Amino acid sequence: MYPSAFGYYRAASVQEAVALLGEHPDAKLLAGGHSLIPAMKLRLATPSALVDLGSVAELRGIRQQGETIVIGAMTPHREIEYSTELAKTCPILPEAAAVIGDPLVRNRGTIGGSLAHADPAADFPACVLALGGTLTIQGTAGGRTVEAADFFQDMFATALQPGEVLTEIQVPARQPGVGMAYEKFAHPASRYAIVGVAAVVRMNRSVCEEARVAMTGATSKPTRLTKLEAALAGKPLDEATLKATCVNVVSPDGLLGDHTASATFRAHLTDVFAKRALQRAAERSTSR
Amino acid sequence: MADTVAITLTVNGVERQADVEPRTLLVHFLREALGLTGTHVGCDTSQCGACAVSVGGVVVKSCTLLAVQADRAEVTTIEGLARDGQLDPVQQAFWDVHALQCGFCTPGMVMATHELLAHSPQPTDAEIRHGLEGNYCRCTGYHNIVRAVRLAAEKLAERESTAAAG
Repeated sequence: MYPSAFGYYRAASVQEAVALLGEHPDAKLLAGGHSLIPAMKLRLATPSALVDLGSVAELRGIRQQGETIVIGAMTPHREIEYSTELAKTCPILPEAAAVIGDPLVRNRGTIGGSLAHADPAADFPACVLALGGTLTIQGTAGGRTVEAADFFQDMFATALQPGEVLTEIQVPARQPGVGMAYEKFAHPASRYAIVGVAAVVRMNRSVCEEARVAMTGATSKPTRLTKLEAALAGKPLDEATLKATCVNVVSPDGLLGDHTASATFRAHLTDVFAKRALQRAAERSTSR
Repeated sequence: MADTVAITLTVNGVERQADVEPRTLLVHFLREALGLTGTHVGCDTSQCGACAVSVGGVVVKSCTLLAVQADRAEVTTIEGLARDGQLDPVQQAFWDVHALQCGFCTPGMVMATHELLAHSPQPTDAEIRHGLEGNYCRCTGYHNIVRAVRLAAEKLAERESTAAAG
């Protein structure tokens, strides 16, 4: 299989990518290409042109600015998986990266590509939402920053406007007392999330001050489990609390379902994986 | 025919220049333009790993990469592993423990094993199975493949220690 013909433009900088998008309004941005190229091979996507971000060095890398971790949009999953810095400052991201696709896919797929594609079964969107991350976007009018909660709008739909480039992802560096974990039930063949739950908890001694829990896989966009979050505040995250709160966390009404996993089964999985993620997040909150 | 793009890349140590249509997949470029047919097209949907090659030092699925994306990169295919007629340690390990039946997945398995051992030189069996998650053997011969990876790890460690001692 091969894609239908398209024009190919390689950007050397973000500025050039924005300019190229201006010149070619029907162009798609090419990041790692591990969602876009398969879609183009199946002719599900037939862009007239691609603007390749693969040579834009400024979009790649992980750095810390004060209390914020900044990840370039073109940073591959594999770099996140093996980042010793992120293992300390934002361990949920390496943990999620390690369960995306397979090692060879992770060598090419990028965090920015994953977020901008907004596949409802992707892993990073729920993590960035639970972390309260922000996304930096560049366009002809300059830069803007969007909260993760506002970025994801629907299945494959984000706040990105035509001509804009997602450049950076900012997430808070882990503070003492904060624990985080990502747990997913992966599709046996594709490894996409049938249900994935990202949990970030802030503990004071053994009491939960704040829990941020987001799910992926069964909803059209990553979704905060606000009812569960409210039920956890002020409680110890022990077995009794989790057993009592991780029950009917979401209603199957409106959840995605298919021949692999019905909406009812996914609602059940959400209970199970929310509990697991919270349990491990709470355990990790005591580590330095 | 659509406009072509000039690319220059190093494949198995040899510099190659070509004009390619942007939609040319790297696997087709390697097989059809360069005649390097050791890289296989299996599923053609980024699942099976038969098309695995090294690009810029990391092993990727060449059915999901455009040839233009490999411009200026160093590419290594299965044909580039043997030196002076000697199989490389991973290939030799696959030979030694007969880690193949039909052999279709083997080039990809060998490339993926290099990737795996680069990150984890002494893998457990569980790590081997997890590390080869992106490579399918449809003869279901995984048992010997896992043995081969274990043996390859030993061979590479021996080579390292000999090199260090020498």
